[in-house]
Amino acid sequence: MPSVSLTVNGQPHSVEVEGRTLLVELLREKLRLTGTHVGCDTSQCGACVVHIDGESVKACTILAVQADGGSVTTIEGLASPDGGLHPMQEAFREYHALQCGFCTPGMVMSAIDLVEKHPQGMSEHEIREGLEGNLCRCTGYHNIVKAIAAAQEVMHGRRDTLAPAEA
Amino acid sequence: MYDFLYHKPSTVSEAVALLADPEVRPISGGQTLLPALKHRLDRPSALVDLSGIAELRGIRRQGDRIVIGAMTRHAEIQRDPSLNAAIPALARMAGLLGDPQVRNRGTMGGSLANNDPAADYPSAALALGATLVTDRRRIEADDYFLGMFTTALEPGELLTAIEFPVPEKAGYAKMRNPASRYVMTGVFVARGPMGVRVVVNGAGPGVFRQAEMEAALSANWSPEAVASIRQSSDGLNGDIHGSAEYRAHLVTVMAKRAVLDAG
Ligand SMILES: Cc1cc2nc3c(=O)[nH]c(=O)nc-3n(C[C@H](O)[C@H](O)[C@H](O)COP(=O)(O)OP(=O)(O)OC[C@H]3O[C@@H](n4cnc5c(N)ncnc54)[C@H](O)[C@@H]3O)c2cc1C
Ligand code: FES
Ligand code: FES
Repeated sequence: MPSVSLTVNGQPHSVEVEGRTLLVELLREKLRLTGTHVGCDTSQCGACVVHIDGESVKACTILAVQADGGSVTTIEGLASPDGGLHPMQEAFREYHALQCGFCTPGMVMSAIDLVEKHPQGMSEHEIREGLEGNLCRCTGYHNIVKAIAAAQEVMHGRRDTLAPAEA
Repeated sequence: MYDFLYHKPSTVSEAVALLADPEVRPISGGQTLLPALKHRLDRPSALVDLSGIAELRGIRRQGDRIVIGAMTRHAEIQRDPSLNAAIPALARMAGLLGDPQVRNRGTMGGSLANNDPAADYPSAALALGATLVTDRRRIEADDYFLGMFTTALEPGELLTAIEFPVPEKAGYAKMRNPASRYVMTGVFVARGPMGVRVVVNGAGPGVFRQAEMEAALSANWSPEAVASIRQSSDGLNGDIHGSAEYRAHLVTVMAKRAVLDAG
C-alpha cells in the first residue's frame, strides 16, 4: 500500500492508504478530522473544501497520494490553540451565516482563500461569484456574503475588530 | 472507485513508458477523471500523475505564439500576465470555467484531452488555430477534435503543450448551465493570422466552425453582421437543459456577445 506523508494543521503525519483513497477519506476516516464534510458525489457542493499549500481544493476530488508532501489546513486548523476564532469563523458567528451548518466548513475554507486572493477587497457581487463552488441549501447565501464582506476588512487589516452585525 | 496503482514520474519519457500499457491512464487535475472513476465508468490498473513533470507546467511567449504547458492549471492561466496581455479572451475563459476550486486543480491539457462537448477550451483552440503538441508529434486544432469525447490522440499519447498564435482580436461568450456551470452554448470569435474564425461549443456533439458567420465578420467585424444569421438546429444537442432549437438560437446571441467581448 502506498504511504502518504503530509502536514495537517501543522502536525506531520505518515499514513498508509490505497491508491484510490480520497484526501477527504484520509482526513475523516484515518485522522478523524470530521469537520470536513462530504455533501455530494459529483464534485459540486464544496462541503469538503480544504487548503493544500494555501489553495482551496475539493478534498473529495483529489487522491490522498496526490497530496503527498503537501501542507493541508482543515476547518479544525483555523482557530488558535487558545481557542480564539479565525476572523472568518468569528464573522460567520456574528452575522449568523449558517443554519444547519453542513456547508459551513467548506464555505469558511473557500471564503478565506477568496479573501486572500483579493487583497484590494471584493464587492458583494465578486463575493457571490467567488462562492460558485459552494452550495448552501439553508441560508439563501445572504448572511454568508455579509460575513465575508465584514471578515475581509479584518483580514486585510483595515479594521482591528469585526464590524458588529445590525441587530 | 476500484483500486489502482499510482505512479508519479518526473519526466515525459518515464510517463510515456508507463502509458504504453493500455490499462494505464494519465491524471492531471483529476477534476474530470476522479468523478468518472467514482462512477466506475473506467477501471484503470494504474494512474500516472503528471503533476511532478516540471516541463509540462507554465506559460511562455515564444515569438508570435503563447505556449501553455499541458499541466498548467486553470487558475494559473486566468492570472498569467503575459497571457492577459496577448490573448485576454483566453485568460477570461479560464476564469469563467467551473468554480475557484476546480480552477485550482483542473488543467488545460486534461480538458483538451477529454474534449467534453460542454467544455470551454476546445472552442478557443480551434478558433485561434492552436497547435496541440504531444510526446511524438504536432497536431493542428483543425485535425484534432473528432467529436464527442474524441480526439486525434492515440492510446498512450501524451499532450505536452498547446501553442496559440496571438490574434489581433478574440472574444468569447457562453450561456452556462446554472447548476453544473458547464457550457450550454458558447461562441469564440477570432481574427488573426488564420483569418476570421467563429467556433461554436456546447451546442453540438463537438466544436464546429460557423462558416456563414465567418464570412459575415470578414466583411464587417461588428455584432450586427451576425445578428440575422440563423444556425440550423440539425445535429445539435437537445437534452433536459435545453432543446436543439434553443441551442441554435443561442448561437446567434452568443456570437453577437463574443464580437462585443472582442471589441
Ligand atoms: C464542478 C465542475 C465544474 C466544471 N465546469 C467546467 C466548465 O464550466 N468548463 C469546462 O471546460 N470544464 C469544466 N469542468 C471540467 C474541468 O475543467 C476539468 O479540469 C477538465 O475538464 C479536465 O482537466 P483535468 O486536468 O482535471 O483532467 P483529468 O481529470 O486529470 O483528466 C481528464 C482526462 O484526460 C486525460 N488526460 C489528462 N491529462 C492528459 C494529457 N496531458 N495528455 C493526454 N491525456 C490526458 C485523463 O486520462 C482523463 O481521461 C468542471 C469540473 C467540475 C468538477
Ligand atoms: S463533497 Fe466534495 S464537492 Fe461535494
Ligand atoms: S447552512 Fe445548511 S447547507 Fe448551508
